[in-house]
Amino acid sequence: MSYLFNTPDEQREMLETIGVDSIETLFDQIPESLQLKRPLDMPPKLSELELEQLVRELATRNVGPSDRPCFLGGGVYDHFIPSAVDAIAGRSEYYTAYTPYQAEASQGSLQTFFEYQTLICQLTGMDVSNASLYEGGTAVSEAVFMAMRCTKRHGRVVLLGSVHPEYRQVVETYLGRMDCELVIVPTPGGTVAPAAVEEAIDDKTACVVIQHPNFYGCLEEVEQISAMAHKHGALSIVSFDPISLGILKRPGDLGADIAVGEGQSLGTPMQYGGPFLGILACKQKFVRQMPGRLIGQTTDRNGERCFVLNLQAREQHIRREKATSNICTNQGLIAIRATVFMSLLGPAGMRQVAELSCSKAHYAAQKLCEQDGIELAFDQPFFKEFTLQCRDGAEAIIDRAKAAGFDIGPALRRVSNSESEDRLLVAVTECRSREEIDALAKAIASSAGDATGGETAESQQEAAACGSSVGAPHDPTLRSARSSARKTT
Amino acid sequence: MRNEQATQLLFDLSVPGRCGAEYPESDCPEFSSTACIPAEFLSDTPLPLPEVNEPDVIRHFTNLSTLNMSVDTHYYPLGSCTMKYNPKRHERLASAPGLVDLHPWQAEEDLQGMLQIQFEMQQMLGEIAGLPAVSLQPAAGAQGELAALLVASAYFQDKGEHRTKVIFPNSAHGTNPASAALAGFDCIQLGAGKNGFVDLDELKEHLDDQTAVFMITNPNTLGLFEPEIGEISKMLHDVGGLVYIDGANMNAILGITRPGDFGGDMMHYNVHKTFTGPHGAGGPGSGPIAVRDFLADYLPGPVVAHDEESGQYKLRTPPKSIGRVRSFFGNVGILLRGYFYLRTLGGDGLKELSEHAVLNANYLKEKLKHILPVPNGERCMHEFVASAQHLQKELGVSAMDIAKRLLDYGFHAPTVYFPLVVPEAIMVEPTETESKATLDAFAETIEKIIAEDPELLHTAPHSTPVSRPNDVQAARNPILCWSPACDA
Repeated sequence: MSYLFNTPDEQREMLETIGVDSIETLFDQIPESLQLKRPLDMPPKLSELELEQLVRELATRNVGPSDRPCFLGGGVYDHFIPSAVDAIAGRSEYYTAYTPYQAEASQGSLQTFFEYQTLICQLTGMDVSNASLYEGGTAVSEAVFMAMRCTKRHGRVVLLGSVHPEYRQVVETYLGRMDCELVIVPTPGGTVAPAAVEEAIDDKTACVVIQHPNFYGCLEEVEQISAMAHKHGALSIVSFDPISLGILKRPGDLGADIAVGEGQSLGTPMQYGGPFLGILACKQKFVRQMPGRLIGQTTDRNGERCFVLNLQAREQHIRREKATSNICTNQGLIAIRATVFMSLLGPAGMRQVAELSCSKAHYAAQKLCEQDGIELAFDQPFFKEFTLQCRDGAEAIIDRAKAAGFDIGPALRRVSNSESEDRLLVAVTECRSREEIDALAKAIASSAGDATGGETAESQQEAAACGSSVGAPHDPTLRSARSSARKTT
Repeated sequence: MRNEQATQLLFDLSVPGRCGAEYPESDCPEFSSTACIPAEFLSDTPLPLPEVNEPDVIRHFTNLSTLNMSVDTHYYPLGSCTMKYNPKRHERLASAPGLVDLHPWQAEEDLQGMLQIQFEMQQMLGEIAGLPAVSLQPAAGAQGELAALLVASAYFQDKGEHRTKVIFPNSAHGTNPASAALAGFDCIQLGAGKNGFVDLDELKEHLDDQTAVFMITNPNTLGLFEPEIGEISKMLHDVGGLVYIDGANMNAILGITRPGDFGGDMMHYNVHKTFTGPHGAGGPGSGPIAVRDFLADYLPGPVVAHDEESGQYKLRTPPKSIGRVRSFFGNVGILLRGYFYLRTLGGDGLKELSEHAVLNANYLKEKLKHILPVPNGERCMHEFVASAQHLQKELGVSAMDIAKRLLDYGFHAPTVYFPLVVPEAIMVEPTETESKATLDAFAETIEKIIAEDPELLHTAPHSTPVSRPNDVQAARNPILCWSPACDA
């Protein structure tokens, strides 16, 4: 086996030093009756070559975005990852280190996390960011608990119905044994009516949780809702899409007290749902209630600037049951990926990615809605993702797209039982091309799936050709379509 | 030879007009953001991010990385963290197309390879635990603890019982009480028993029909196997309570004994520790939980089920699930690496690694005990906790001094001042992937350090990029975000 060192001779020497005659003797402290008297029932060991062959074969049983252009959204997005991100995250000085407890041996990680915290503050317009949480859903939950501590109110949490259903489910799980009422404000029109939020807030309400752009892709009136929360002494928690901040106003500019988000889009592959990046940033006055690690700047014995784990008195290894969270291991390497990503893109790159995603998404919305039986579900502004209302049902549309070589969705019903069966999400990133969008639109037309293969085959060919036709001239009739893809206005 | 220029703060490297990324022009130029989105939503100023180009970024972060100690570069005997070698094959395979690029909302039929891997992972973790029902969802050990406590809570609620107490020894990891509090339980901490073991009489005083869960790390945080774990489990079960095993120290007992066999009802794994995640400068980890059959219905989901008839793998939410503890399936990238490791080693390989981990720890303990006595236990499992108390008394040399001086000799420091039950604690976990030669060199270095002028130790380290940061100043005036004033 590859990873052990000591030869039989060395083992004998070591056992002599210890003063026992066999390795088994070292396990005498485990009562005989509790020892496993048989080998573990597991598949036999594999050489590296066999493992490689096995895993490559298993991977071929998955059909991924390399095979099918990805228009899937719902909280995870196929954004481009510059190779420099992998180059830095692949430095084993980073990825084989652990939590930087020994500051002198960890200045690389510590400075990088300090830079991460700063970049997140610049991105969100907040004052202070922690060094990462698990992912978007737990970030919302941690923010809710934090708001309870900040406001000393534990009776009610108001959460908009347009927040990602899985984030809502995580909050429900975390609140499990707490005596706290979770009030969901319905969003039948795709966004919330601010007056409905005000009605839901009472004097025991710790916070209002808003997602913007929301689960349906729509933009919420964050500033108004935040003001309403503040009027009643509650905090405003805003879950954001980091890519959207290349063009949209930042949570800090809209009155958020705590900004949270899923940072996957900042340079981390989709890898079937994780590991991702939970972002949490807040106003300065709440800093001592923050969950998770914080890196601070200080000076060393010789007066040199350096970085340390800071305000650890909030954390579980010091405060135990009184800690602000139970989190210990965080998402360090994913935060490093996000740091490199934001460094590379800077203000211009972030704006470009946001602008590209936005423009292609709006083109796609218009194109897809030209098909019979398909329209936008909500008459609301959106950023890179939108909800379609499909006369033939969401699954039928997803199947037609797939037959033509595209993944779109998810169907809203797949994410939450309370959602309608005829709606689905479509997300468009900078990676998608106009040709792919055109081919997708053709594929989901009601006649496409009905044919016994004729049109489907044609669409498939078109999808296959997309890769090589990036430079092809656009359809002039589409160029003239300059109106916004919104249903009205 | 630190590159001072490249390791300035990123913000000091910024030059207006630079950019490290280039994107094509839009092929849908007629749909600009200003045409599509009402102005009230749009920002009218660019983000205040630094402006650097790709070579800047690469040189900056590459140089920063070299300021770290890591498993690939140094011996890293950080107790309780299992800093073992991270095989390179895992990194390559986890980035394979068809694994790394899968979107969680793809159809299950298009994910059969991935779901099969995760199904087999559930099976293997269930077998190693002796606890057959597994959820891979928790993102780290602490989240596994929380999830399992909520499972226990749901189970009791289902039985019409309202149990409020979670009990743990004072040598427990801080995450145990923190998770119990987060799950809404009252926390009861036991005092220190002999050798750091649980005092059964004291435990008994706290056991009643309000007792929900006893949380215990076994081997415990002193690196000793709890000899009366069987009896402890029985005591808990007699009052209707459950036993939770914190799996942080699984590296000692793989294939040798199983939490389910010594009375545990629930446990978490730390895939980034035991199954060589890697540690990622602080994470990501992965904290799957394994439970007895009667708790399976409450697990967080989804979990993967295998339909024998169709041969298909499917996602399934357990019928009485506590719900999700995070969005999507789990920290899949880390679970994959754990899977590769388990497939590489097989059952025999796992047992062999635990044997070597325990051999290494006992050997190093034996080499050190004349200068760094180990107050508890004659033999240890995969790690041991020594005490520098006598050095503190005689020479004024603390555990921290030794830890810091070790850095000068090119060794990462062990965990210090944990567990709290040992004064001036030095917690050493050699792991199985270190050679006798490395252990010998480490022991000789400690011996040398103790013979050095104490003053040299108080001011150590002397060869690292920085030395003895001022933590008090950092906490009093927290600077957590760069501003131009930071450079003054």
